[in-house]
Amino acid sequence: MTEPTALDPLRNQWWAVWDRLRRNRAALAGGLLFAGLLIFVALGPLLWMVDPWQIDPDNRNQGPSLGHPLGTDQLGRDLLARLMVGGRITLAVGVAAMALGVGLGVLIGVVAGYFRRLDGVLMRLTDLFLALPILPILLVLVLLFREALAARLGEAAGIFLLVVGAIALTSWMHTARIVRADVMAIKERDFIVAAQSIGTPPRRIITRHILPNVLSPVIVSATLGVAGAIMTESALSFLGMGFPPDVPTWGRMVFDAVDYMQQFPGRVLWPGAFISLTVLSVNYLGDGLRAALDPRG
Amino acid sequence: MIRRAAALSVLALAGPAMAEEVAPDMPERLDIRFWQAVSNMNPYLSGGVKDIEAAAMVLEPLARYGPDGALIPYLAREIPSRANDGIAADRRAITWRLRDDITWSDGTPLTAEDVAFTGEYCRHPDSGCAARSRFAEVETIEALDAHTVRITFEQAMPVPFGPFVGAQSPILQKAQFAECLGARAPECGEQNFHPVGTGPFMVRDFRPDDIVVFDANPAYRDPDRPNFETAAIIGGGDAAAAGRSVMETGEMDYAWNLQVAPEILERMEDGGAGVLEIGFGTTVERIEVNLTDPSPELDEEIRATRAAPHPVLEDRRVRKALSLAIDRELLSEIGYGPAARPVCDLIPAPEPFVSGANDACLEPDRARAAELLDDAGWRQGPDGVRMRDGEPLELTFTTSTNAVRQDIQALIQQWWRDLGIEVRLRNIEPSVYFGGESGSPDTFQRFYSDLQMYANLFDGTDPQGYLGARRCGFEPRPETQWQGENINRYCDAEYDALWDELAATGARERRAEIARALNDMLIRDYAVLPLVHRGSVSARAASLGGVEFNVWDSELWNVADWYRIED
Repeated sequence: MTEPTALDPLRNQWWAVWDRLRRNRAALAGGLLFAGLLIFVALGPLLWMVDPWQIDPDNRNQGPSLGHPLGTDQLGRDLLARLMVGGRITLAVGVAAMALGVGLGVLIGVVAGYFRRLDGVLMRLTDLFLALPILPILLVLVLLFREALAARLGEAAGIFLLVVGAIALTSWMHTARIVRADVMAIKERDFIVAAQSIGTPPRRIITRHILPNVLSPVIVSATLGVAGAIMTESALSFLGMGFPPDVPTWGRMVFDAVDYMQQFPGRVLWPGAFISLTVLSVNYLGDGLRAALDPRG
Repeated sequence: MIRRAAALSVLALAGPAMAEEVAPDMPERLDIRFWQAVSNMNPYLSGGVKDIEAAAMVLEPLARYGPDGALIPYLAREIPSRANDGIAADRRAITWRLRDDITWSDGTPLTAEDVAFTGEYCRHPDSGCAARSRFAEVETIEALDAHTVRITFEQAMPVPFGPFVGAQSPILQKAQFAECLGARAPECGEQNFHPVGTGPFMVRDFRPDDIVVFDANPAYRDPDRPNFETAAIIGGGDAAAAGRSVMETGEMDYAWNLQVAPEILERMEDGGAGVLEIGFGTTVERIEVNLTDPSPELDEEIRATRAAPHPVLEDRRVRKALSLAIDRELLSEIGYGPAARPVCDLIPAPEPFVSGANDACLEPDRARAAELLDDAGWRQGPDGVRMRDGEPLELTFTTSTNAVRQDIQALIQQWWRDLGIEVRLRNIEPSVYFGGESGSPDTFQRFYSDLQMYANLFDGTDPQGYLGARRCGFEPRPETQWQGENINRYCDAEYDALWDELAATGARERRAEIARALNDMLIRDYAVLPLVHRGSVSARAASLGGVEFNVWDSELWNVADWYRIED
C-alpha cells in the first residue's frame, strides 16, 4: 500500500475512513456479504443459464438436484434462477427507493433545521405525510400514474419508476425529523458559530460541517430504509399494485410459497434468507460506515 | 376415544355447568366442524353460507334438492307438477300439499298457516330478508286449508320453485316468530338463535360465532332418526386445521368447506382417519375474452364498450387459437387437484343442462392454433412475437390475487408465448376486483384488459338467469355506472332470440335443450373459455356413515340419516 501524501487532503481523508472501516470486522463482513449478493444477482444468470420462467409440469415441487440445485417450485420453475432474477429487481428497488427516500429526507431535514423560517412549513408537511395512511396512498399513487407512466416509459420501466417513487415518497419523513433535530443541535455548537463568524456561506457550512456530523442517523435510516423498501415492494406486489405477477421479486416469492411452507419449507426459506441477509449486511455495513465517518471518532 | 376426550374438552371450555350435565355416561355426539363459525340459525337473516348450511339441522323447507339436483319432498307430500295439478295451466300459481304427520319440536302440529306466515315474514317490506329474491315475483301466499298452501305469481313462472324450496328458504313456526316481523326481525335473538323446527335436531345451546349444541328432536317424524342423541357444530380455526381435525387427528366427524391447495389436501388424506367428500356444483373457472377495446388511449366514454370493438380479439380465429393452446387437464391437476376437473362447457351441471358437445377442447392442439393465427394475418416476427401490419400481438391477462390463479396465469402465459403471443399478466386485490365500485378502473366489470379469469356459478338448478346475462344491453358501461353481468360484452341477436324462447318455455326437457344450445353458441364463438369445473370439498370421518354429499342444498340435508359405523 502506498503511503498517502499530505498534499492531497481529500484522498487523505477517505483513506482514513477506509482504514477505520477495514479494521471493523463486522462491517467488513457485511460489506463482503452485500458485495457477494450483488455479484450473485448480477453475474449469476450469466453462469447459471436456466430460464427462470420455463414452466416444467413434469418436474414440479422437486427437491434439490444437479439440474435444480435448490429444487423447483409448484410449476417446475428453477428456484435458483428465480432467486437470481428476482434479486436484481428486489435489490434495485430497495437501494433506489432508499437512496431517493433518504435523499429527500436529508434535504428537507437539513433545510428545516438550518433555516428557521422554513422550519414550520416543512415540519407541518412532514406531520401531514406521517399522518396519512401509507398503504392507501401508495395504492392511489399507483392507480393514478400506472397507466400514464407505462404508456410513456414502457411497462417495465414505468412500473419500476412508479414503485421506487411511491416508496420513496412515503418513507422520507422519519429521516427528515431525525436530521432536523440533529442539525438544530449542531447548529448552536461553537465550531459552527466560528465558521459563521469568518463568513462561511451556509452551503459550505452544511456540506462541510453539518452533514458529516448527521451522517450517523442518516446511515441508520438508510439501512433500515433498504429493508423497509423491500418489504413495501412485496406488499405492493401482493396487492397486485406492484410488479406484474410473473416478475419473481424476493418478496413475492415468499408470499407465493407461504401456502406450501409445511411441505416445501425451502421455498420460503431461500428468498426469506436472501432478504434477511441483505438487510443484515446493509445494517452492518452501515454501522461500520457510520463509525468510520464519524468526525469525532 | 380421542374424539370423546376432545368433545369433553370443548364442553369444558363452554362452561362448567354443561360439562356436569354431559359428563356422566355421555351419549355419542356428532361433531361437525365449521371453520367459519355459525352466527345465526335463521337463514332468512343471514346471507352467510355457513348459517344456511347449519340451519338445515333444525329447519326444513317444503322440498329440498337432492344430490342429483332433483327435488325431494320434505314437508310436502309430493312435488307439485302439471300432472298432479299442483302447477296451474298458466304457470302463475303453485299449490303445495303438506304432510299431515309433521309436528314442531315443541309438539304442536305444522300447518299451512306456518308456511303462509313464513312468506309474510320474508316479504315484509321492512325486513332485510336474505332470501327476498326467491319471493320477488310472488303475488300472494294463502293457506287454503290446514295442509294446503297456494302461491300465486305476478307472471308466468317456468320454474315456480323459488319460495320454500331448498336450504335458503325453510319454514318458520308462526307461533314463535309472530312478534318478529319486519324491522323487529333482527332483535328477536332468542328466536333466531333457538328456532323451533321440524328437523332431526333442536338447538340446546347457541353461542354466536363459536359453538352450537343440538339435541335430537323427540318429535321428529321418523322415531328411529336421528342416529345421534346430540350433535355440535364447532367453529374456529381455518380450513386446513378443520380438515386435519377430521382426516389426521380424527377428533371431528365432519368438516365443511375445505378450500386448501391440492398438495395440502393430499397430505391430509394420508392421515387415514377420514375421507374427502367432493361434489360438483356449477362453479366454473373461466377466461372471459374482451370483445371490446380496453386501450387507455380511447376516450373514457367508449373505452371497453361496444362502441369500440376489440382490434385483435374481434377475430374468432384468434379466440379459438387461444383456447386450443390451453391444456385444461394440467391446469386442473396443478391448480386444484381432486377438487376440480377440466371442463369445456359454461354450464357443467346439472345433468340435463350439460351440453358435452364441446369436449374436444380437452385435447390441446397447438399446431392448429398456430395455423389459425397465421390465417388471421399474425405472422411470426423476428423476436418470436407475431406481428400484423407492424403491430405486435400483445394481450393483457388479469385476474384476482390468489396463489392458485397466479400459477394458472403463469401456465397459460407460457402456452400463449409459445404460440408467439406476448402476454402481460396483472393481478388485482380481490376486494377491489370483485368490489363492484363503479369509480374504480380495476373491477372485473370495467374489464380494462384483454382477457380475465375468475369463477362464477349459478344458484339453484336452473340456468335461465345465468344465460340471460350474456344478452345485448346487459354489459357494464358508463351509462350503467359500470354495473352489469355481460362481462365480455357478448352481443348476438340470434342468442337473444333463443334466450327469449327459453324464458317462455315451461317444459323441462325443452328448457334443457335450449339451455344447451345457448351454452354451445357461447362456447363455439370462443367468447368465453371455460377452464375447470371446481367442486366443493368437505371431509367426513371414516366411521361416519350415511353422508350423501349434496351441492344443490345444505351439505347437512340428510343429517338425520347419518350414523356411526361400528367397528
